[in-house]
Amino acid sequence: MSEPILELKEITKRFSGVEVLHQVSFSLRPGEVHALLGENGAGKSTLVKVMTGVHQPDGGEIHLNGQRVEFNAPHASLQAGIAAIYQELSLFPDLNVAENIFVGRQPTTTGGRLDWRTLYREAEQLLSSLGMHLDLKQKARNLSIAQQQMVEIARALSINARILIMDEPTSSLTLTEVAELFRLVRRLREDGAAIVFISHRLEELYEIADRVTVLRDGTYVETREMAQISRDELIRLMVGRTISNLFPKQETTIGDVALKVENLTLDGVFENVSFELRQGEILGMAGLVGAGRTDVARAIFGVEPPTSGRIEVEGKAASITSPQQAIDLGLALVPEDRQLHGLIPPMNLVANISLPMLASYSRRGWLRAKQERDAAFQAAQQMEVRANNIWQRARELSGGNQQKVVLAKWLSTKPRILILDEPTRGIDVGTKAAIHALMSELAGQGLAILMISSELPEVMGMSDRILVMREGRVTAQFTRGEATQEKIMSAATQTIAAGETR
Amino acid sequence: MTESRPNAAPQGAERSAGATISAFPPRRSFLARFQRWEWMLVGLIALVVLLNSQLSPYFLDARNLSRTSSDFMEIGLMMLPMVFIIITGGIDLSVASNLAMCASFMGWLFMRGVPIWPAALAALLLGALGGLFNGLLVARVKLPPLVVTLGTYAFYRGVAYVLLGDQAARGYPASFTYIGQGKLPGTLIPFSVALFILLAIIFGLVLHRTSFGRTLFAIGNNENATAYSGVPVARIKIIVYTISGLMAGLAGLVLAARFGSTRPDIGVGLELAVITAAVLGGVDINGGIGTMGGAVLSLLLIGLLRFGMGLLNIQGQVQGMVIGLLLILSILLPNVARTLSLRGGSTHQRGRLATAAAVVAVFVLFGLFFFWSRAQVLGAG
Repeated sequence: MSEPILELKEITKRFSGVEVLHQVSFSLRPGEVHALLGENGAGKSTLVKVMTGVHQPDGGEIHLNGQRVEFNAPHASLQAGIAAIYQELSLFPDLNVAENIFVGRQPTTTGGRLDWRTLYREAEQLLSSLGMHLDLKQKARNLSIAQQQMVEIARALSINARILIMDEPTSSLTLTEVAELFRLVRRLREDGAAIVFISHRLEELYEIADRVTVLRDGTYVETREMAQISRDELIRLMVGRTISNLFPKQETTIGDVALKVENLTLDGVFENVSFELRQGEILGMAGLVGAGRTDVARAIFGVEPPTSGRIEVEGKAASITSPQQAIDLGLALVPEDRQLHGLIPPMNLVANISLPMLASYSRRGWLRAKQERDAAFQAAQQMEVRANNIWQRARELSGGNQQKVVLAKWLSTKPRILILDEPTRGIDVGTKAAIHALMSELAGQGLAILMISSELPEVMGMSDRILVMREGRVTAQFTRGEATQEKIMSAATQTIAAGETR
Repeated sequence: MTESRPNAAPQGAERSAGATISAFPPRRSFLARFQRWEWMLVGLIALVVLLNSQLSPYFLDARNLSRTSSDFMEIGLMMLPMVFIIITGGIDLSVASNLAMCASFMGWLFMRGVPIWPAALAALLLGALGGLFNGLLVARVKLPPLVVTLGTYAFYRGVAYVLLGDQAARGYPASFTYIGQGKLPGTLIPFSVALFILLAIIFGLVLHRTSFGRTLFAIGNNENATAYSGVPVARIKIIVYTISGLMAGLAGLVLAARFGSTRPDIGVGLELAVITAAVLGGVDINGGIGTMGGAVLSLLLIGLLRFGMGLLNIQGQVQGMVIGLLLILSILLPNVARTLSLRGGSTHQRGRLATAAAVVAVFVLFGLFFFWSRAQVLGAG
């Protein structure tokens, strides 16, 4: 067994006081593919960014070839031979393949001009040594995602990277492209490179990875040989929490169908999504980030209307092409991104809360200030927003209180169907419990609630029924009694049989 | 949410403390109330009046003031909707060209025998159409307003030249020229000033007292969240650009009436003064912040500055330089204030502070030169 090339020892990282990595250790040997596995928010990306010098750890040490190192900036880790290929590719679209490989380090003639001949010769040598077949003069914007990845890998290797970090490299590749990528990865492994491989597709990890390290809630769980761990065990390590009774969904009487969605499709984003949501019911939507859940919510709410499919609201067919229509039909959407879609951070709480209902606080277009203020005050008070006064700007509040303002805003529209997209992401435990209690209470009053959440305990604790999405499709549906974390994770991660996709 | 939400205190949640929020803003000290941009403008206006009245005996003459006030009413008329547009985060560079297109169209119709009032009405309509075109490109096609209106800036001016060529339309009847030259009966107040004041009050009320005005601020501060809240963002943008076109048309009529004739180069370069007036008035060029009162005050300041410079025979080009520098300063000042309030700060902030200081220094030098040249003029005269 060879000595580790890269070792992270008890890395701790905090963002504005919140610990996102707690004493995480990770060790990488040359000539291995090491998978990094965990739920959304488990800390994988942060750990990668610590390795690449994007973030500096608040505690712990990084050892490279046995020497302690500190990376203060991405180029420092690059010089040390660590390169990362992120989900969002970073090629220059208008430069060609060869230029992209050598960008910033182009060979020059003595006169200082670009030495094109050397550039193409070296690029050619590099690509053929990797067994890649690419047109060197093709512009990057004309390449497929898979080809762009190849170029990025070639670029990394051209600067003698010995450690390659690949963050979900297969998420947008076809099966043949994945096979091609894996051939390349194996080749690099044989050459002695060390590869950190992040993927949610467990099957892939069994195919390519030698070892796996599991993270959960920002802590290190275990490192195992891939060959000696079963799929179920892996899932258990990933989710392995026992659900506390922090999530108090009370029994409610389930009423009539409030929202019915049939074969909803937005081309290229999600396909044939169908479900029913009843009054008094909380329908959980589980899945990984990027599974298309937020897009379904946006389509139903009219932000980006679907290309085909049918929506029925309270038994009547509805064609919703704008949020205004959705609001008039009694829908409300608490979006995933508070800062971007939920709030207007520079404006005060009154203006934020009253925005969807301005028409009802005005007569012939003239705002009635007192009515608006009273309504906003009442809504903020009911949600127990903690702020000095309602004239404070929304951006001055904490994350949890901002979320309460968003909820106050949407509940003041008196919705009958409430869509919550990640309602408790990134907020403190106290507010989280308060929001869960509120959801339960609202369902008790007969509201129909669609809750998108990437947090399994939340989905399982709060939902009457659970819908699982993967790659734009509904892959499973469970009742509260049937659902287990393993079943949900399995439906959220399994690869759909070849031929059925794309 | 329904009327009754009994004390459903959930386990584990921190829901103990009674009143969590107040409905009333905190009391502000007497001095703090004066820490507003508008008060600073009032101070600057007082300073300009004081300096000018010292430098020229003609400055405080009622007849002069009356005449000069009508000189920048076209700028004012176009500034009112410009405040709306900048608050939504947009910009309209085409206003002065649109003005020329409308005035030329009216003159063209008039010279072909169309009576003046129908011709004027048609010109207003054309202005609104010009604005609507901008609005559609910005809101529906989603092109950047800067580029769209830069394009129509050239296009509308071109239309004016196509219509009139190198000739001037003239011979407007007195009933028409009244809107640019006339005074309210028995007073020294020009009709155009009265028209501007009336419209400024209406625009101010719409901006600050209606739900429409509120949505303008919301769009400028966060367009996405505003759209998620059910506000028809695209429609509102189209409306404000159309209003801008309509007001440019109205300004065109007033300017043509004041000159008594129309040439296709009418109102060249006015968009600079229009945008400067809005931005100097505290309207944030990035959108989301601004008051109509501030914009009107800054219009007054710019008008008085130009009047003072004109009295001292300072050339139009130099006046343009002053207005341009004023525009930069008005965008810079709030940034400098913000940077200063973040004491310490990073090297990046210090770099910005240094740049700001350099620009202010250029300004001060320019101001000294300006007053020195005035003194020369006075000494010679």
